Amino acid sequence: MNDMSTEGYVTPDGRKIGGVMMEMKNITLRFGGVKAITDISFDIREGEIRAIIGPNGAGKSSMLNVISGFYVPQEGEVWFRGTKRPQMKPYQVAQQGIARTFQNIALFEGMSVLDNVMTGRLTHMKTGMIAQAIWKGKAEQEEVENREVVEKIIDFLEIQAIRKTPVARLPYGLKKRVELARALAAEPKLLLLDEPMAGMNVEEKEDMSRFILDVNDEFGTTIALIEHDMGVVMDLSDRVVVMDYGKKIGDGTPDEVRNNQAVIDAYLGVAHD
Amino acid sequence: MFYREAGDFKTSYVDDNQTFPIKFDRYRYYVVLFIAFAIIPFLLNDYWVNAVFMPFLIYAIAAIGLNILVGYCGQVSLGTGGFMAVGAYSCYKFMTGVDIWWGGELLFRLPEFNIFFSVLMGGVMTALVGLLFGLPSLRIKGFYLAVATLAAQFFLVWLFNRVSWFYNYSASGQISAPERTLLGVAISGPSAPAWAMYLFCLVFLAVSAIIARNLTRGSFGRKWMAIRDMDIAAEIIGVDPLRAKLSAFGVSSFFVGISGALFFAVYLGAVEVGEVFGIQKSFLVLFMVIIGGLGSIFGSFAGAAFLVLLPVFLKNFLVGGLGWPTDLAAHLEFMIVGALIIIFLIAEPHGLAQLWRVTKEKLRLWPFPH
Ligand SMILES: Nc1ncnc2c1ncn2[C@@H]1O[C@H](COP(=O)(O)OP(=O)(O)O)[C@@H](O)[C@H]1O
Ligand SMILES: [Mg+2]
Repeated sequence: MNDMSTEGYVTPDGRKIGGVMMEMKNITLRFGGVKAITDISFDIREGEIRAIIGPNGAGKSSMLNVISGFYVPQEGEVWFRGTKRPQMKPYQVAQQGIARTFQNIALFEGMSVLDNVMTGRLTHMKTGMIAQAIWKGKAEQEEVENREVVEKIIDFLEIQAIRKTPVARLPYGLKKRVELARALAAEPKLLLLDEPMAGMNVEEKEDMSRFILDVNDEFGTTIALIEHDMGVVMDLSDRVVVMDYGKKIGDGTPDEVRNNQAVIDAYLGVAHD
Repeated sequence: MFYREAGDFKTSYVDDNQTFPIKFDRYRYYVVLFIAFAIIPFLLNDYWVNAVFMPFLIYAIAAIGLNILVGYCGQVSLGTGGFMAVGAYSCYKFMTGVDIWWGGELLFRLPEFNIFFSVLMGGVMTALVGLLFGLPSLRIKGFYLAVATLAAQFFLVWLFNRVSWFYNYSASGQISAPERTLLGVAISGPSAPAWAMYLFCLVFLAVSAIIARNLTRGSFGRKWMAIRDMDIAAEIIGVDPLRAKLSAFGVSSFFVGISGALFFAVYLGAVEVGEVFGIQKSFLVLFMVIIGGLGSIFGSFAGAAFLVLLPVFLKNFLVGGLGWPTDLAAHLEFMIVGALIIIFLIAEPHGLAQLWRVTKEKLRLWPFPH
């Protein structure tokens, strides 16, 4: 592995990874007496695919929730692009260019696929209420411009055929894909994916892996993802954080992590999955 | 056979975003507009205006307003009657010249606004009051929010009964609309002609519907629906819940206020607040929204038409035609409305509008369903 302390590194497949985008410093998160996260630090670099793995209940989702502003850690700091982030509401985090999907899909069930993906553009749509009420002119133009972006993403994720279908009628695998589309529509700098492949069959997993790689490749989006399937993680990610019982027990390239004794113990020896 | 979207291909996103994407629907819409503006005014008599058209036009505005809040943004309100009262009393004050007092002395009196701007101010003031009562919605949801808006309902009625400034210190405690003209034609007051009142309300309804449609199809509508469907997910895509909810309360109250102003100034002419804008009004408009269809502008029209026409029909048919006693017909009305509410809430939350959509979809395929 290259020296991490310098600005960026080059991956084995030749992608250039930049400097630190997001840095978590000594994060501790408690729920009452339960420590969900204990003194964890790690960073996410520009252009990187970063995985967080660990057994159930390890605190992975909690960590994403800290990043996206849902949970406020009792201790520790979050640094984004070189500045310490003040305490923020989730919508403010979103406006900074951080989008995410949820472990349990969180789509707008009463709206069509198209409208769901269009909501991903809301941070980019700024016309005021008067212009919206008049519609002709500014509002309509803005709608069309954003619709064009959304249609590209719909094409990219191959969900053209279900564009006008109400989300409630879709099967699980497609819902996951629509949720990814909505997150992508925001054109985020950092994309957080909480178990994007959970509950999928092999074929769906392959599709999803391909989309994740393509997103990173084509749009240069930095991605942090949580995944259970070790095989998938090893294929996709550049660097891996391993968590167990709220603690960080490993951090490095997939190869380094695979050979880490603590990680092997957590996964094989004392599996509490 | 004639109702077709086949061959009607969209080649741009503008076309795809139209209110009536199918040509046939668009023509029907122009025909309805033409009939409403150019033909009905010549056919009106006082009975139809007072029993059917005026209440329909005015309630449709209120239903559009409430639908934005309840149907699009998912925030329950039982304060519609109270908000209509705010519209009515604001309209009255601006019609008669708002008097501003300070320390027991009359500071100044605003000039009397013309009827159009008075009604508009009814909407504006109600929007402000709506924003105020919308503030708790950030913290409380569902049932508790409904109770809070119920409190607003009772508080507002109490306020307009209690503070004589609102009814210009009249001995009766009522407000009554003086005659006001627009382009030389009386719109309010006892001598206003039926067609003028009708057209005046129709213009407000048409503009309200267009504004509501535009707001709900764009970014505001999506913010509201996002909050309605899942507020946590709405936040994660960058929607500030407070601003989204308050904008829904503001816009909704604006329309409700307009309808209250028209109800008082043009339709009734005189109002005693507890009688006209009581809790029954809140429920009536809510029922219109539920029966017509939550989250549908067209549904607001359908619901208003249905609940305005139902008693008229029952009265003419059962009482006039079959000779039933009036109170029996009234009871039957309660039972029908009650049953429909339950049926729609359980089986078809999208109301008459959805039934209409389903019928159209069937028609589109008719006579070859496969
Ligand atoms: N909102 C919450 N309230 C209380 N405890 C929570 C909450 N969220 C997570 N936890 C606890 O924190 C721990 C880590 O959970 P989570 O982050 O969901 O794990 P993972 O995603 O790795 O499976 C668990 O013990 C869980 O019960
Ligand atoms: Mg989890």
